Amino acid sequence: MVDLLLVDLSRLQFALTALYHFLFVPLTLGLSILIAMMETVYVMTRRPIWRDMTKFWGVLFGINFALGVATGITMEFQFGMNWAFYSHYVGDVFGAPLAIEGLMAFFLEATFVGLFFFGWDRLSARAHLVVTWLMALGTNFSALWILVANGWMQNPVGSAFNVDTMRMEVTDFLAVIMNPVAQAKFVHTVSAGYVCAAAFVLGVSSWYMLKGRHVALAKRSFVIASAFGLASTLSVIVLGDESGYALTDNQKMKLAAIEAMWKTEPPPADFTAFGIPDLKERVTRYAVHIPWAMGLIGTRSLDKPIEGIEELVAKAEVRIRNGILAYDALERIKADRTDQAAREAFARSSADLGYALLLKRFVADPREASEAQIKEASWTTVPHVPSLFFTFRIMVLCAFVLLAVFAVAFWHTMREEEAPRWLFRMAIIAMPLPWIAIEFGWFVAEVGRQPWIIDGVLPTFLATSELGVYNLFLTIAGFTLLYGVLAVIEVKLMLAAIRKGPDISREVEAMFATTRAPARPLAVQPAE
Amino acid sequence: MIDFLFDYATLRVVWWLLLGLLLVGFAVTDGFDMGVGALLPFVARTDIERRVAINTIGPVWEGNQVWFILGGGAIFAAWPALYALSFSGFYLAMFLVLAALILRPVGFKYRSKKEDPVWRARWDWALFIGGAVPALIFGVAVGNTLRGVPFLFTGDLRPIYEGNLFGLLNLVALYCGLVSLAMLVMHGAAWLAMKADGVVVDRSRAIGTKAALATAALFAGGGALVWLGVLGGYRVTSPIDWVGPSNPLGKTVVADAGAWLANFRAYPLLWLVPALGIAAPLAAALGFLANRPGWTFVASKLGVAMIVTTVGVAMFPILLPSSTHPGHSLAVFDASSSRATLRNMLVATAIFMPLILAYTAWVYRVLWGRVSEDSVKEAGSSAY
Repeated sequence: MVDLLLVDLSRLQFALTALYHFLFVPLTLGLSILIAMMETVYVMTRRPIWRDMTKFWGVLFGINFALGVATGITMEFQFGMNWAFYSHYVGDVFGAPLAIEGLMAFFLEATFVGLFFFGWDRLSARAHLVVTWLMALGTNFSALWILVANGWMQNPVGSAFNVDTMRMEVTDFLAVIMNPVAQAKFVHTVSAGYVCAAAFVLGVSSWYMLKGRHVALAKRSFVIASAFGLASTLSVIVLGDESGYALTDNQKMKLAAIEAMWKTEPPPADFTAFGIPDLKERVTRYAVHIPWAMGLIGTRSLDKPIEGIEELVAKAEVRIRNGILAYDALERIKADRTDQAAREAFARSSADLGYALLLKRFVADPREASEAQIKEASWTTVPHVPSLFFTFRIMVLCAFVLLAVFAVAFWHTMREEEAPRWLFRMAIIAMPLPWIAIEFGWFVAEVGRQPWIIDGVLPTFLATSELGVYNLFLTIAGFTLLYGVLAVIEVKLMLAAIRKGPDISREVEAMFATTRAPARPLAVQPAE
Repeated sequence: MIDFLFDYATLRVVWWLLLGLLLVGFAVTDGFDMGVGALLPFVARTDIERRVAINTIGPVWEGNQVWFILGGGAIFAAWPALYALSFSGFYLAMFLVLAALILRPVGFKYRSKKEDPVWRARWDWALFIGGAVPALIFGVAVGNTLRGVPFLFTGDLRPIYEGNLFGLLNLVALYCGLVSLAMLVMHGAAWLAMKADGVVVDRSRAIGTKAALATAALFAGGGALVWLGVLGGYRVTSPIDWVGPSNPLGKTVVADAGAWLANFRAYPLLWLVPALGIAAPLAAALGFLANRPGWTFVASKLGVAMIVTTVGVAMFPILLPSSTHPGHSLAVFDASSSRATLRNMLVATAIFMPLILAYTAWVYRVLWGRVSEDSVKEAGSSAY
């Protein structure tokens, strides 16, 4: 039978390593673009301060990038290590975007990141700029292919189960690439990375402004970060991930769980701004509603209903029953590969095979499941409502606070007036918000996918490797220790580099020594 | 004409060749990075010497490492059963490799951020582990692959591995670990002899000569172990369906000591591959002695490539034999992805691999020249 401890530990390890990896990736995504933009200004204007800015933010980028790469190595191999059945079951589809990520994106990024740091004296300014953009492009392509892979887990298009190889195989690779869930996720995730980098640059620049240090550099960085941050935050909110949530039963279930919407409401549905979901009674207590908002967010319309949890569970039950037929046909095919009748029967109900596999949690052979077990299994299609409900709201709250910070910052830079000190303080306080939003966003997307590892195709509890749990205890302890130590070192180095500040080239120093007061006095204090 | 390329049997063989190409690419590029890591405490004693050694690979190790990442991705995409079985089977060994490799990026990047000698000494250890441990474990993994590992598939094709870490640490496999360690130390020394300067070069040449001779001797000894039947041997005994479904349960395989020599006996020209695997390291040893760094590095590259290729040629068409259920062994004709995926991936590779090779060559050209103590001092904090 299924070893649920093994499953939980495997999930814990994946969550730990993915969440940790994803502390570094968003900053890499956004900072690479910001650095490339700064260097573009340098090459176009040849003002050396922009080169100094590129190099300074490049140093911070490098400290962050090293850990992103280091922890990314784990991700590439962890599917095989901990999720062997998954890897075999869907590798035909899921492996391809990962391999193309290596071919198209990671090679580009990793090859040129070396030249970015070591090539300043070996390349012309233009050639170096090209190198920087290729590095940034590689980073962002990387996100595209990873999200194509993840999008397929959420919405497995372009594929079918092959009874002869006992696995999912690709039928339409273009559909896998053009998967609307993947596209929505790509835009959402990359924008979130840009927000993260913008908040980082804005916060560090604000700190320099408050201290009156490196004002020329900080002021320019502040301007770029506020504009970039405002645009990215708008993109992250407007082009939210939930555009894909109307597509499949499980995506609908995720939406209903986020919303703690137990029953289908007449359109357009309200958005529950706050409430306490009660799992036992299946109601949401103390709910505060915002009329229409959910219908608009979830369906982009006023007349399409958003289905509630109970209705979706009833649908799942039907699919489980149909899936049992597929399971039965598959067993007959395994016994006799030439059984044409069984193959035809399988073709009719194969789309629901995964639903029958949900029963394996309760019974070895789904065909022998009792009515009560079928009912119970249909309720396992509901992800954990309270945690999704709250993490989603915290994520959204973070996004709106950031929007306010960027909007105010941008407004001040546009008016070319002296920015107030409280704005700088606010920008520093807001620095952790993107990371909180991003980690919770990952949680919403992946916990909301449960109980499936592949939506409607394969339950998570069936997907693990057959490992003794002691292996998992060892590696979880090992990763926690290693990652914990590295995190402490990284943060210390980052803070030290920020405290040390940029290496300002002599020509820039000379320039600002004569014109102490900046032309656009954003700073409140002159340089020390 | 193109149709012939997209035939399922052809695709499978092409992807077997590409798998080999990726592993060779990994071994000849990231191989010298690992070698430099393993050599670091021996060829460079003072801080500035270590910085010279580290900065010879500073700008390129990251790109080189992608061969490893891409290898993982390509095995996932083209040989999903192999990906599932090997990484879950070699679970703790794989964890050790990952932990060691994780130390590398941070070691390179963080080491020079502080002047503190204790800080730097710790990162030197990290870089040493990041080089030596994977170099050893990869060889151990190859040794176990040649011997066969205990696994089976259930009727649902759920991979079940029946061994553990200690089963992997057998003497024969550890011997193979020594082969790969010696080989990558030779390769790292050849790189340093070409790219470093001063005393680091002298020490690299001295150690490199010994490592190259050891590589040739140990590799030849490995051949003897195969001859004696200690190092595995499996043979497919049922008729092979090259275009059949990828289901490893439909064939029979027997353990047959010495079967890894069958391909060489059938096609004697193939003996050239292991012959070069011995001759090229010997040539590298001569190159070290004669102080011809360019030639030494080419010979070392060739040696590494041929040693890796020998394993593939010996085992074809088997990828990973099962010692407990030989019939469940993974083979080129029954462990691949679907025809559509192999075709899609081939198209992607045909587009991107030439680009990768082109821009990698350009980067190496830009970085051409030796790294010396003066050049490191001059670069200051912008060098590692």
